[in-house]
Parts: sequence; structure tokens; C-alpha cells
Amino acid sequence: MITINAQSIAFILFSLFILGGGLGVVTTRNLIHGALYLVLSLFGVAGFFVLLSAPFLAAVQVLVYIGAIAILIIFAVMLTRSMTSLTEAFNRQWWLGALVGALLFVFLAAGIILPVWGAGSAYAGQPVSEVVATTTDLGVALVDGNQYVLPFEVASLLLTAAMIGAIVIARDDE
Amino acid sequence: MIALWMYLLVAAALFCIGTYGVLTRRNAVSILMSIELMLNAVNINLVAFWRYLTPQNMSGQAFSAFVFVIAAAEAAVGLAIIISVYRNRKSVIVDDVNLLKW
Repeated sequence: MITINAQSIAFILFSLFILGGGLGVVTTRNLIHGALYLVLSLFGVAGFFVLLSAPFLAAVQVLVYIGAIAILIIFAVMLTRSMTSLTEAFNRQWWLGALVGALLFVFLAAGIILPVWGAGSAYAGQPVSEVVATTTDLGVALVDGNQYVLPFEVASLLLTAAMIGAIVIARDDE
Repeated sequence: MIALWMYLLVAAALFCIGTYGVLTRRNAVSILMSIELMLNAVNINLVAFWRYLTPQNMSGQAFSAFVFVIAAAEAAVGLAIIISVYRNRKSVIVDDVNLLKW
């Protein structure tokens, strides 16, 4: 099913990063370790973006997620001293949460696999085209009046409002 | 080349791990990290469908870029709220933040 080449090896490796990191985030008690597992998982996702020929998103993933959000989370962990005051990592319904997660995965996996099950060579699962839009096209699309300029501006406004809101909320009111 | 369903399966697994974390962790920072995992699963799906179905159209990557923006805004505001709650209640355990609980 999978021919062994550099791409499939990279896919398996990044999958292990993503899922192992994700499991580490939700199971570890030490939040600093959890943040580092999160970095591992996010790095795997950046690798997936490279495999999917989206280099700009991979770079943004490393810069924004690993460079900014993970550092922000580590700052929050340190500022709240939440890793020392932690006695019980999970609430009492953890088995119910595990059940919900497992059931959700079963349904999602059924929805993903059943349509292509037994299709064999009829469903190749390959991209429709090897011609891929480049980062230039993405940049044009984001400022093109017929495409995404309005969502782009709204997103910028949202980000500004969120930053101001975060400062106002976190500020020490004397 | 890797088939589309493999990417979707990994993304689904990551989303379910995130769901489990959101439902079971008691620490607010952990819950925020689990939400980041779920947003990343969505991003994988968006980019995978874009690559396999409409690689010449920018919709998938553009949506993914917007998800990045939302994630950054969510992390900033969420962590600010957590720090504010910690300052007032000396705790980041979500069970202790029950002022609005009926």
C-alpha cells in the first residue's frame, strides 16, 4: 500500500511526532513538559505542510506556533505556577472523556475509510494535479478584491482587537 | 505518494486526542494546549484537501492562514484570562472557577 520512499518515511516520522506529541500534551502532569510535547506536535504539523507543498504555511507554523504561541504558553505556565500546585491532572470523568474521544475517532475513521474501502485502484487517492499554486498566488489571493481581501482585513482587525483585549485583561489594575 | 485518507486519519486522531484533553484536563493551560492541537488537526485537513482536490485554487491555504490568525488571537486572550483568573483566585484549576456555576 505504501511504497517505501523518502516521502512515506517522512510521513510516518511526522505522524509519530504529531500523535506522540499530542498524547504527551494530554497525559503529562508537568506542564512545561506538556508545552515541549506541544512543540514536537506542532513541528510534525509543519512537516506535513512541507509534504503537502505548502511551504509558506510551514514557515508560518514554525514562526507563529512554535515561536510565539508555545513561548506564550510557557510564560503562562511560569506566571501561574500551575505545575507545582497540581495534585490531580485529570477530572473525575476522565474515563468518560476517553470514551467520547475514542468513539469520535471511530466514527471519524469510519467516515474517512469506508468511502475508499475496497475501491482499490479505482481510488488512487492522488492529487488531481501536480501543478500547485505557489506562495505568490497565496499572497495575491489574500489582497485580491475578488478573493480574500475582506476576510484578510477582518482577520487583521480581530488580531488587533485581541491583542488590545489581552493587554487590558491581563493588566494589573491598581 | 501518500493517499489523502492517511492525512485525514492522522488529523482525526489528533483532533480526538485534543478532544480528550479538553474534556479531562483540570488545568486551564492544558485545556488551551489541547485546543491548539484541535486547531492544528483542522489545519492539516484544510491543507490536505486543498493539495489533493483544488491545488490551483488558493481557498484551502487562505482558510488555513485565517485559522492561524484565530489561533494566535485565541491563545493571547485565553492566556490573559488565565493570568487574570490566577491573580484573583490563586488557581488555574478550572473546577475552582465556579463563580458563574448555577
